[in-house]
Amino acid sequence: MKYLIMIYSNPENWEHPMYQRDPGFRALPREEQDEVTRRAEEVFQEIVESGELVVGEALADPSLSTTFRGRDGVPVATDGPYLESKEQLAGYFVVDCDTPERASEIARRFPDAGLTAVEVRPIMDMSGREM
Amino acid sequence: MTDLLRELAPRVLAAVLRRHRDFESAEDAVQEALLAAATHWPDDGVPDRPEAWLITVASRKLIDQWRSEQASRRREEAVALDVPPEPSDVDDTLEVFLLCCHPDLTPPSQIALTLRAVGGLTTSEVARAFLVPETTMAQRISRAKQRIKGAGFPRPTDFRPVLHVLYLIFNEGYTASSGPALHRADLAREAIRLTRLVRTLRPDDGEVAGLLALMLLTDARRPARTRADGGLVPLAEQDRGRWDRALIEEGLALVEHTLTHARVGVYQVEAAIAAVHAEAAQASATDWPQVAALYRLLSTLDPNPVVTLNHAVAVAMAEGPTAGLALLHTVAADERMVRNHRLYAVRAHLLEMAGSPAAAQEDYRTAARLTTSVPEQRYLQERANRLTNE
Repeated sequence: MKYLIMIYSNPENWEHPMYQRDPGFRALPREEQDEVTRRAEEVFQEIVESGELVVGEALADPSLSTTFRGRDGVPVATDGPYLESKEQLAGYFVVDCDTPERASEIARRFPDAGLTAVEVRPIMDMSGREM
Repeated sequence: MTDLLRELAPRVLAAVLRRHRDFESAEDAVQEALLAAATHWPDDGVPDRPEAWLITVASRKLIDQWRSEQASRRREEAVALDVPPEPSDVDDTLEVFLLCCHPDLTPPSQIALTLRAVGGLTTSEVARAFLVPETTMAQRISRAKQRIKGAGFPRPTDFRPVLHVLYLIFNEGYTASSGPALHRADLAREAIRLTRLVRTLRPDDGEVAGLLALMLLTDARRPARTRADGGLVPLAEQDRGRWDRALIEEGLALVEHTLTHARVGVYQVEAAIAAVHAEAAQASATDWPQVAALYRLLSTLDPNPVVTLNHAVAVAMAEGPTAGLALLHTVAADERMVRNHRLYAVRAHLLEMAGSPAAAQEDYRTAARLTTSVPEQRYLQERANRLTNE
């Protein structure tokens, strides 16, 4: 099963890795910061080595986004992201996992999960079992 | 010729590995040898001893690789390979199977490695079948090989992981429906081929026979399980005239043989259930008390909520929907099942049987929202809509 892991961050200072710009992270003593970073690298390394990582990308600043909204059936472009929220999608991973529990475990271990928000959602597939 | 190459792939690898324990390099060398064969044999003809030819070419590739590394230890090993190893016996192929399904690897890695090293598929074929980019699959395979590098070359001990990997490969293929996923159906055929191979290597293992029977009896339904538009046809509504009789006969014979000769196991019981369905000329002739009894046995061998759900359906068919619904209470209380579409799909079905269309419709809609399968979602919505029209 494939899952999309979405990393949400506060875009005030858009610089990857985003969690390192987070006030919560910056308030930590240096050793704890290093520990958080080490654990982030560890989970990334783990999913690369296990073959679970399918693809992962960091996104550019949402001010570079263009959003098309339907107006009477016509797409109208505006600059900026679709949702005007404090947290914005900062990056994503597609992972191929054996169970939903495993996908959740991976998502929870990204530092952003403890600082801003990380969402994990199954990806639909074309396979099906007759009932 | 592709068939011959795939058949020889694990034996060639086993032979090279017998001389050299470096799985990573050996597997790469065998892939190169297979590629060389695919390039040369159509023009030059298949050599008299194809297996020995492949072993020789793979050994040379290994020697070339090691000489170019300029490391003295490696150069010494290369000398030892100058006399290519002889074709291997069956036990070596089993060892390659066990290594590919090493418990330290995740299932996606076990599957990828098994298909490449034992199945003789190329990385790009494996990537296409699993709908991931080729670079991703290449990395998955190479990391998996590195991971088991230090694991040594285990003697056959626990064979269950191998059967589980074959089962997963089969499921990937069987559940593929249509459109871009169609080539995935080859995976079912490949899983059957590899399970046949394991059966020749372990003829007395009842679970191997059971797994092969389960695959054959399930795959037999494939022509009837999807509509022309890709929609799923439930077991009860399948045109049984379109089931593959040859596969069914073979599967039934296997089930009969193993149930009288081997210690009972999960795959054998699942195969026995598939056999009961296969023996019914139409859905209404199904021996449901027998199916219910087999699911009861299965739930003692492998207790899990999905088995309970299937058990509930069988009990409902044998004794009536109320008895089936009663069994569902334990599953509905299971936290793991709260967001699982199967619970709602089964309950909807039983509620429909019990004459509660409104409650059934609600459960069908919940199930449709929760499934991650496009064809299942369509099927469940159709069931829900049908209840509105009645």
